[in-house]
Formats: sequence, structure tokens, C-alpha cells
Amino acid sequence: MNSVMHFLAMGGYADYVWPAYAVFFIVLIADNLAPRLRRSHLLRELRARQIRQSRRSGDNTLPTPPSS
Amino acid sequence: MSNWIPLWLHKLSSPPTFYRFAGTLRPWAMALALVFGAIGLYGGLLLAPADYQQGDAYRIIFIHVPSAWMSMFIYAVMGMSAFVALVWRIKLAEVVAMQSAPIGAAFTFITLVTGSLWGKPMWGTWWTWDARLTSELVLLFLYLGVIGLYQAFEDRRQGARAAAFLAIIGIINVPIVHFSVNWWNTLHQGSTVNIFGHSKMSWDMLWPLLAMTLATKFYYAASLFRRTQTDLLSLESGKDWVRQIVNSEAGQ
Repeated sequence: MNSVMHFLAMGGYADYVWPAYAVFFIVLIADNLAPRLRRSHLLRELRARQIRQSRRSGDNTLPTPPSS
Repeated sequence: MSNWIPLWLHKLSSPPTFYRFAGTLRPWAMALALVFGAIGLYGGLLLAPADYQQGDAYRIIFIHVPSAWMSMFIYAVMGMSAFVALVWRIKLAEVVAMQSAPIGAAFTFITLVTGSLWGKPMWGTWWTWDARLTSELVLLFLYLGVIGLYQAFEDRRQGARAAAFLAIIGIINVPIVHFSVNWWNTLHQGSTVNIFGHSKMSWDMLWPLLAMTLATKFYYAASLFRRTQTDLLSLESGKDWVRQIVNSEAGQ
């Protein structure tokens, strides 16, 4: 327990070291989530567009849209 | 045999081929980033000794320096792709250049903030108009300028070409960032790690730094692959190969 406290204290520089690491991880996680969100939005949009097109042309080969 | 490589590159630059290529490599790049990141952080935070001058505050180096290298490395990749995009009008090069910009901006932002958090206890100030800090801030503005210009156009390919032009002009700033500590003798310290010569850093501090450098390189590859894949789907949304992917994935 004492060694964990010692580690977290960072020799008195905890107020600078840990926020730096937090910024590193928060920014990179945001960078990683942004394209995932964009991808799922895009797929949903393209899917809807394909279904509209297939309805217009009377083509029923596409499966029904997922209800979400 | 001699035209095997250009042929392969030509094939790879076709959007459906690159989409599959990126999809295959992406999980491996991400896995390597996480493994090297875990090793580097363990070595940097737990195994490496405290610095005799800076105590434990120096441990910010393990994220600050790799991020700073990435801010310049990604700019170089973006600038070169922008050049290829403008000269040869290759769609994939436009996409790689434009999708690199947000990742580069993220690493530049990390560099500036972690540097500020390191500067406060060591220099006694969060910010100073030192040559290295100022040129790194200019680098952030260049990234933001490229992103903004790209998004200002209705036509995305036209926007990409305008932003590519700005990206190429901005390359001049990369050597300025790199050599700023030699050209102007201000507050920021000189380089400690030297690829071609002797590094002024003990091995138990150096190897976690190199592990983190590899981790950030692989992270960039993984993030770029993911962004490029999504952007190709959007750009080629009317094409057959995209319809097939939409059909097989959207229902999941």
C-alpha cells in the first residue's frame, strides 16, 4: 500500500505528471472514437439510401432495414 | 520484375483494394500499439529511475517526446501525400493527407499541453514564446488550417486540393520545429536522443521512450487506416463495392 502511495505521489510532481498522462489518453481515445461514430452514422445513412432506391425501382431483393 | 512495385502500388491505390488492405492491417497495428504502449508505460513509470535533477517530473517525457515526434512525422506524411495528390490527382493520396490532419493535430495538442505541464514545475512557467514552443504552436495552427480549409468547400475533392496546397506550404515549418533548439538558444532543451549518434540518456530511460515511440507510430497507422476506410466509403458511396459492404455490415 505504501509503495502504491509512493508511486502515485510521483516524488511530489503528481499534479503535473498525472494530468499530462490523462490528456494523452483522453485525446487519443477521442481520436479513436470519432471515426467509429462517423462510420456507424455513414453506414446507417447509406443503408437507408439503398433501401429507398430499391423501393423506387420495385426491387425487393434487399432485406428489410434493421429496426433501431 | 522491375515494374512489380509500381504495379502493386497502382493496384493498392484503388479504393476497394486499399479498403481491404487497411481492414486487414488495422487490428494488427492497434494490437502492436497497445502492446508497445503497455511495455513503454510500465518501463517508464515503474522501472526507470527518477532523474537526478528533475525527480519524477521527467516521466512526462515518455508521452511528450513521442507525441512531439509524431506531430512532425504525421505532418511529413500529410505533406508528401498532399504533394502526390496535387501532382498525380490520386484520390487515395488526398484521403490519406486529409485524414492524417486530425491525428496530427491531436498529437500536436498533446505535445503542447504535456510540455506546458512539464514546463511549470521545471521552468516556472506554463508558456513562454520560446522558438521551439512557438513553432510547435504554429504547427497546430497549420493542422487546424488544413482541416478548416478542407471542410470549407462544398465539393470535397476541391477542398482536399486547396487544403493539400496549404499542407505543402506548411512543410517549411517542420525543419523549423526540429532545428529551433539549435538555431535559437532559448529555454527549451536540445535533443537528448540521437538516431545516428550517441544518445545522452541512460538505457533504462531510453528503452521505454523508444517503446512509446513505436506505440505512437502504430497507433497512427491504426487510426489512419480506420479514418481512411470510413472516408473511402463516403467518397465512393455510389459504387458497387461500397454497396456490398453496406449490405453485409449495416444489419449487424
